[in-house]
Amino acid sequence: MHMNTALTIEEFGRKLRAREITSEQMTEQCLQRIEADNARLNTFILVLADQARRQAREADREIVSGHDRGPLHGAPISIKDLIDIRGVPTTAASRVREGHIAERDAPSITHLRQAGAVVVGKTNLHEFAFGTTSEDSAFGPVRNPHDPSRSPGGSSGGSAASIVAGMALASVGTDTGGSIRIPAAACGTVGLKPSHGEVSIDGVVPMSRTFDHVGPLAQTVADACLVYHALLGDSGAIAPAPMPVSGLRLAVPRKYFCDILDDEVRAQFDASLERLREAGARVDDIEIHHAADIVPVYVHISFADAATYHAATLETMAERYTEPVRLRLEAGRYVQAEDYVRALAGREVLRREVDAALAQHDALVLPTMPIAAPLIGANTVMVSGSEQPVRNMMLRLTQLFNVTGHPALAVPCGSTSVEYPAAAPA
Amino acid sequence: MTIDQWLQAALADADRRGLPALKPLLEALARATRALRAADFNDDATK
Repeated sequence: MHMNTALTIEEFGRKLRAREITSEQMTEQCLQRIEADNARLNTFILVLADQARRQAREADREIVSGHDRGPLHGAPISIKDLIDIRGVPTTAASRVREGHIAERDAPSITHLRQAGAVVVGKTNLHEFAFGTTSEDSAFGPVRNPHDPSRSPGGSSGGSAASIVAGMALASVGTDTGGSIRIPAAACGTVGLKPSHGEVSIDGVVPMSRTFDHVGPLAQTVADACLVYHALLGDSGAIAPAPMPVSGLRLAVPRKYFCDILDDEVRAQFDASLERLREAGARVDDIEIHHAADIVPVYVHISFADAATYHAATLETMAERYTEPVRLRLEAGRYVQAEDYVRALAGREVLRREVDAALAQHDALVLPTMPIAAPLIGANTVMVSGSEQPVRNMMLRLTQLFNVTGHPALAVPCGSTSVEYPAAAPA
Repeated sequence: MTIDQWLQAALADADRRGLPALKPLLEALARATRALRAADFNDDATK
């Protein structure tokens, strides 16, 4: 199995401007990785090889002529197949979308094009982004490049896998309950969920517009920053210099967020905190008092939102959904209005509690996933001697920041014996 | 409608619609609803 030896976007940009590499060469390398491994990993639903080669050649011509669009110029990236690209289908990994062709680019894609990015293709995902493993897809399960018997996380599983397998330098995903950060953690890469509303969700098939976000997955925090700025339309921004750790005020919400952790994840997380302390950060334990209400608040809003979007097709073409996603959507149709309103009130309570924690600290630090990447097909997983539902475990630590809208970043903090957990400062 | 009344009606509806596989999800939703309604941020018309 080839693992990523591709350049980061920053490294590629330096070599591109030094005329040591061309966009066409970098793009061809990514397309070769797709050709070699896509059949096995099921990472891409659609490969845009011809378009990508044309875009790369144009990017090279612009560089030669002195037209430099900024840090993403000529960089090959992948796009989750939930986001519209003009002229090609947005499948959402579902047979429900058969025959769809996007009439225009989503604003986020327009911004990436303006930044000079080369789109190599559209990545596989959990159907309609309504799942955490990327295995319920009309195109078959996405496989983790580190171990193809395991899930790459989801729902942006193809996005994370494409980076780790060297098929793209970065990717754009979406995150409604953790769908950027969970695959980043499962694959050992970086994932950024921006603040709610920062990056346009127009042209994106919604799961829950209340909680949907668009954001980058990348090999490094600096690369994620570059893609994030490009998504905002700020294509000339450069990655900021690393912030000194000494003097940082960090908060760890141990209660709830560290109650149920795989032993190896806990050990890696605690070791990371120790490294931060040794580097001069102050690390305080804090409490999000209504943390136990995160799941009820999230479920009532997100399930009802999703059910509303799918209500018509659940009546007319229910058989086209994968069974697990169909059942989740059907469950959302039973949420009562009064409980939706209660959940909206709970969301404000949680938002105020995170605001209060951040008024005293620079960031919250918590694990992204309580477990390593699960085996494909597993419904439950053993966590410190007790059997837990895979889906609940994967979502448990990420949902809060979809509910509150605060930004959240997943970064690798070490390896377990099977996969990659990550810390997530918010 | 109490949660128990709602759940009984929802389970019967799932049966009527030929969706018995939906019942565990409805039971999970009922647990979440019970927790949501027990939260201390809910309004109380007596206060």
